[in-house]
Amino acid sequence: MKKMIAALSMTAMMGSAHAIASEVEVLHWWTSGGEAAALNVLKEDLQGKGVSWQDMPVAGGGGENAMTVLRARVSANNAPTAAQMLGFDIQDWGAQGAAANLNDVAAAEGWDAVVPAALQAFSKHDGKWVAAPVNVHSTNWVWANKKIFDELNLSVPSNFEEMAAAMDKMKAAGYTPLAHGGQAWQEATIFDSVVLATGGVDFYKKALIDLDASALSGATMVKVFDRMATLRSNVDENFSGRDWNLASAMVIEGKAGMQIMGDWAKGEFLNAGQKPGEDFLCFRFQAIQGAVTFFSDQFVIFKIGAYRQAAQGELAKAIMAPSFQSAFNVVKGSVPARTDVPNDDFDACGKKGMKDLADANSSGKLLGSLAHGHAAPASVKNAMYDVITAHFNGEFSSAEAAEELANAVAAAQ
Amino acid sequence: MVNNKFLSKSTWQQILPKIVLSPSLIVVFAFVYGFIIYTGYLSASNSKMMPSYDWIGFVNYSKLFALRHWKIAITNLAVFGTLYIGICMILGLTLAILLDQKIRFEGVIRPIYLYPMALSFIVTGTAWKWFLDPGIGLETIIQTWGFEDFSFRWIKDRDMAIYCVVIAAVWQTSGFVMAMFLAGLRGIDDEILKAARIDGAPAFKLYTKIVIPILKPIFLSAFVVLAHMAIKSYDLVVALTNGGPGRATELPATFMYSYTFTRNQMGIGASSAIIMLMTIAAIIVPYLYAELRERKSD
Repeated sequence: MKKMIAALSMTAMMGSAHAIASEVEVLHWWTSGGEAAALNVLKEDLQGKGVSWQDMPVAGGGGENAMTVLRARVSANNAPTAAQMLGFDIQDWGAQGAAANLNDVAAAEGWDAVVPAALQAFSKHDGKWVAAPVNVHSTNWVWANKKIFDELNLSVPSNFEEMAAAMDKMKAAGYTPLAHGGQAWQEATIFDSVVLATGGVDFYKKALIDLDASALSGATMVKVFDRMATLRSNVDENFSGRDWNLASAMVIEGKAGMQIMGDWAKGEFLNAGQKPGEDFLCFRFQAIQGAVTFFSDQFVIFKIGAYRQAAQGELAKAIMAPSFQSAFNVVKGSVPARTDVPNDDFDACGKKGMKDLADANSSGKLLGSLAHGHAAPASVKNAMYDVITAHFNGEFSSAEAAEELANAVAAAQ
Repeated sequence: MVNNKFLSKSTWQQILPKIVLSPSLIVVFAFVYGFIIYTGYLSASNSKMMPSYDWIGFVNYSKLFALRHWKIAITNLAVFGTLYIGICMILGLTLAILLDQKIRFEGVIRPIYLYPMALSFIVTGTAWKWFLDPGIGLETIIQTWGFEDFSFRWIKDRDMAIYCVVIAAVWQTSGFVMAMFLAGLRGIDDEILKAARIDGAPAFKLYTKIVIPILKPIFLSAFVVLAHMAIKSYDLVVALTNGGPGRATELPATFMYSYTFTRNQMGIGASSAIIMLMTIAAIIVPYLYAELRERKSD
C-alpha cells in the first residue's frame, strides 16, 4: 500500500513537473487530417523556439464539445494556456474575466495596424487584446462544377434571378442544381448569403447584427425566406442530415451543379485532385460586389501562473507571424487574419479570397457571419437557427417565418 | 471482559455495515442530491454561459414554457412515450405468451429477442439511421428487388420522423420486456391453469381472465422501467436523427443539453432539467410508495 502511495505521488510530481515554464497547452477542435496538418505548422514553429506543445484536441466540428471541456477546466481553476474559439464566445470569456491581457505583445508587434477592424472587435475585450486571430473564413461562396456549367452554357450568375434560371436549366438537364446537407448550420450558412444578397450590407447589419425587430419581420425578410424556399426546391430529396463534405462530393462527382458553402469546401475539391478554374469554379453568392461575410478562428489566451506567461507570449507572437499565417492558411483553405501577408503561396481562389477581404475591410463591407457566431451571441444565433431550419423543412410560410424570426430573437435576448 | 472494555460484539455488528456504507452514501448525497439542489438553484438564477448565483425566481420557467422549441420537445415526448411504452408492452407480452407454449428451441429464440438490449442506444440509432435512410437502406433495397414504386422515407419527413425513433427504441427494448413477462408467466402456478382447463375455459379466456391479472405487478414494473427510459432518452435521438429534420425529433433531454451547454442559456436548460426530474418523480415516487407499503404489510 505504501509503495502504491509513493508511486502515485511520484507520478503526481512528474505531472506537475510537466507544466514547466516553456510549455503551452492548447485546446482546439482541429482534428481532421488537413486541419491537424495545418496546426502542425504552429507546433513545429514553437518547438524551434524551445517551447514545447501540449496538445489538447477535443473533436467535434464547430467546437461545441471543446467549449464544454473548456468550461469544466476553467470552473476547476485549471485553464489551458490558450483555447480555440469563435466570435461572441471570446467576448463572453472576456466578460468572465478569465482571459489574459495581450496588449504588450500587440503593441510590440503592431497588431492594431494589420488586423481588420471587424476582427479586432472580437479579439479585443474592453480595449484589451485577449485573443490572437489565426485565420479568416468567409462563408458567402458558391462552389460549382465547371463541366456542368460548360455543358449547359451557363455563366457565373450575377444576381439571384440569374442563379434561379441557371438552377432551372440544371434541373431540366437532370442534375441536382444545389448540393446541400440538411443541418441547421448549413441552412444558416445559406441564409447569411441570401440576406446579404437580398437586402444589402445595411440590411444585413440592421437585421442580423443590430437585431432590429422591424427589419427581422419586414418585407425584405419575407423576400429572403421566399428565396430560401426557391433554393429548397432545388435540393435533392435525400438531403436531410447529410454532412457538408458529402454535399461537396456531389458537386465533385458531377451529380450536382453547385454548393453554397464557406471556403473550407475548397479543401474537398483540392483533395479530389480538382483544379480551381479548370474543374471547379468559385464565386461569391451575391449581387452586391465586395461584401464578405466572415468568421475567424482565434486563440484566446487565458490567465495563468506568471511563470508560464513567457511561453504564452511566444505562442501569441508565433500565431500572428506572417510566415505562419501564410503557411497555415494555404493548408487550411482560409485566408490570413492580417492584411499584409504576401499571397504568393495561395491558389486562384485563395488569392481572390485575400483580395476580397482586403477590399471589404477598406470599404467597410466586412460583416460577421450569423451562421458561425460572428453576428449575434450564441443564444440568439441558435434561436435563428431554429426558425431558419424549420422554414427550410417546410414548417412555415415565408411570412410566418419572418414573424417567428423576430419573436424568437426577442425571446432569446 | 471484552464487553467492559469495548463495545459489545452485537453493537459492532450493528455499526459496521453503516460505517462501510457511509462513504458511498456520502458520495451519493453529494453527487446526486447535492447536484439536484444545485440544478434547482441554477434554474432560478440568471446563469448564461457559466453558473451565476443571482436569484431571479421563476422567470426561466415562464420563458421555457413560452418557447416553441420546448413545446415541440414535450409534444414529441408525449407521442414517443405513449407509443414506445404501449408497443413494447403489447409486443413483449405477445412474444412471452408465444414463447411460453413449450416450443422447441426456446433456448435459442429467447436470446435472439433479448440481444438488442445488449447494444447501446448509439449503436441502435446508427444502424437504424442507415437502415431507414432512403438512399442506402430499406427503400433502395426493395426498389432493386423490382418494386420500383416502393417508398419509405419517414426519417426524412418531419411529421413522421418521430415514429422512426419509436421503431428503433421498440426494437431495442421489447425483448427485455418479453423477458420480464416470461419470468412472470413461469411464476404462475400450473395448478390454477389446469383447474381452469378442467372447468372448460377456452385458451383465450385463460389469458384474459387469469394470466394477465396475475401479471399485474409485472406490468407496473415494466411501465416504470420504460417510462423513465423514455423521458431520459437522449443518445438514440442524437444518433438516429440528431433532432432533425429541422428540429422535428427534439426531446426534452436533447433540449436540456443544447440549452445548457451550447446555447449559453444555462438557466433555461436547468429549469428544463427540473421539469424532467419532476416528471420522472411523478412516476417513480407513487411506485416506490406502493412497493414500500406492500413490503411493510407483508
